[in-house]
Amino acid sequence: MIPSEFLGTAFWISVAALMIRSAVPLIFGTIGEAFAERAGILNLGIEGMMLMGASVAYIVTFHSGNYWLGFLLAGLAGLLMGILMAFLSVTLGVQQHVAGLGITILGSGLSFYIYRITVPTPGGVPPRVNSFPPIYIPGLSENPYIGPIISQPAPVYIAILIVALAWVIMYKTNLGMMIRAVGENPKAADTAGINVYLVRYIALMMAGFLIAWGGAWLSVAHTSLFLPGMTQGRGWICIALVVFGMWDPLKIFLGALLFGGIDAFQLSIQAIGYFNIPYQLFFTLPYIMTIIALVVVSRKVIYPSALLKPYRREEA
Amino acid sequence: MKSVIIKSLSKYRIIRRHESVSLQKRVGYMIAAVVGSMLISSTLIIPLGINPLIAYYEMFKGAWGSKLALSETLVRFTPLLFTGVAVALAFLGRFWNIGAEGQLYLGATVATFFGISFYGIPSYIIIPIMIIAGFIGGSIAALLPAILRSKYGIDEVVTTLLLNWIIYFMMQALIYGPWRNPVSAWPESPAITKEAELIRIIPGTRVHAGLFIALTIAIIYYIIYKKGYWGFELKLLGMNPKAAYVQGIDVVRNIMIIALISGGIAGIAGAVEVMGIHFHLREALSHGYGYTGIVIAMLGLLHPIGVILAAFFMATVETGSQAMHRATGIPYPLAFVIEGVTLIFVLIAVFFMEYKVEKIGGVYK
Repeated sequence: MIPSEFLGTAFWISVAALMIRSAVPLIFGTIGEAFAERAGILNLGIEGMMLMGASVAYIVTFHSGNYWLGFLLAGLAGLLMGILMAFLSVTLGVQQHVAGLGITILGSGLSFYIYRITVPTPGGVPPRVNSFPPIYIPGLSENPYIGPIISQPAPVYIAILIVALAWVIMYKTNLGMMIRAVGENPKAADTAGINVYLVRYIALMMAGFLIAWGGAWLSVAHTSLFLPGMTQGRGWICIALVVFGMWDPLKIFLGALLFGGIDAFQLSIQAIGYFNIPYQLFFTLPYIMTIIALVVVSRKVIYPSALLKPYRREEA
Repeated sequence: MKSVIIKSLSKYRIIRRHESVSLQKRVGYMIAAVVGSMLISSTLIIPLGINPLIAYYEMFKGAWGSKLALSETLVRFTPLLFTGVAVALAFLGRFWNIGAEGQLYLGATVATFFGISFYGIPSYIIIPIMIIAGFIGGSIAALLPAILRSKYGIDEVVTTLLLNWIIYFMMQALIYGPWRNPVSAWPESPAITKEAELIRIIPGTRVHAGLFIALTIAIIYYIIYKKGYWGFELKLLGMNPKAAYVQGIDVVRNIMIIALISGGIAGIAGAVEVMGIHFHLREALSHGYGYTGIVIAMLGLLHPIGVILAAFFMATVETGSQAMHRATGIPYPLAFVIEGVTLIFVLIAVFFMEYKVEKIGGVYK
């Protein structure tokens, strides 16, 4: 017999609310990654950048009590890691795969280390910090149907704004045009007077900033604590999602909602405990779906032409 | 900062070296990368009011300073040598296997299945069975990404990374669910059969026969690398896939074989950890050995001897950082910072092996 909670509206409302919350780190991470890849750089440092964002946001909030400051500084930490990635992949032009993994290993270690030296954990219990409260919208927040879905922490709304902003930057501004140009044909872009190196640096700085926000969401909005490795491979889902979303902010937004929905659904049916199977199997669902999604779109996608190819003016 | 880099680039130019860098120089570059990494990482120690020299002294003392310390370093060295060789072999043929972590866990899981299903079988039968089972488990985990890459052109980096998590959660589901050891307080499988336990080769320590298996694998890798025709094929594939194709080297077939062997070696690492150290399938079987294998392979320049040395160094850092933590209070994740920075410095060093930077004269301005 299917339990009544499974059919109830309350169940689906909580799934919808959780879907949005699960999608937020994917939105920040994937849109950030889209800028990097559109400029021709595969940024596998994403997991490390997210972890640094989570750690910095948590530490700053712990000491200042101000989660807005935590969020901002997390972005700056990500931006610095973006510069490091750019130095390796743009200035030196080394193997992007390995450079990104270096950043990820560094970020995982460093995020853990700075957390340990700046935050006392009496009895091994991580202290909770102030985190973004749900925004109260008069008249709507009380509504039992819409309230739980739209009354969300502020970064949810920032994420939605970022989607729109990213779309405008990507397709309607000079910067976006230049980013796409250096990712498609850097030699032609250079001939047209675009500074390929500078544009790629800027793209990676934007990427790092946004990706770190994905991590910051996890530590100071979705929860109010930092755990080592708390991103749990979300960065790798973003790497796949950016392909699934074809490097387009709007499609990425829809893709993130879809994957957030899968995640929310598995968490919710787990909570009901109706299926008598180990709950860890549900955890695998988003990762399996990600691989399936890659297979489904594999024949259709067209990667940015210069992805993974370092640009060297001397050899162009 | 940004503008400085860009500006300085326009005054310099990067030129590909025509001559190859001598082996001595390459080794020198790698040592410089390690030293540089430890220097940079010491900036994280200084704010704690601790002299980095004392911290590193404690680290090396904790890894090499006594029989027990050295034995624990060898215990850590064993799985790291497996994963280091697994990744090096894959990278040599440009199969970007980032999934050694998952392959290790699947290998451990399949091996454990035999270890907890068949009791009373003599050691000389059950031990080879479990090692082969580990190999097969790891191979399966690596073959799927290889097939997806060959058939659909999907980047194996993403699929191997995602599989790490899928396999880890499935392994967890087993030890929290059907395989849960009823007599244990924490999630783990029942104990494997006594006959499958690897002997301790140094009495009074945890150093087990798995060390010999790891060294054997490294020697086999050496033979492939130096002598085998297949090693030549791999290197050619790595250096120039197009040329390899023109030479009539079957790229798809090679990727499959690389995945099979690389994943298999990582799988044996998992089997050996179960048989030599834990005797149960556990969540904490690997402390990121699969990821550290990437640092080891790159630091060892994909060369068999380099990989052995790099694996020993990383085992030293990881074991020693625990002792350093106890002696000075510096958090042990410093080891992972050192690993990450080392990998980044290795990349910079590799850049300088392939390129030189020249100042542009007035003519070019």
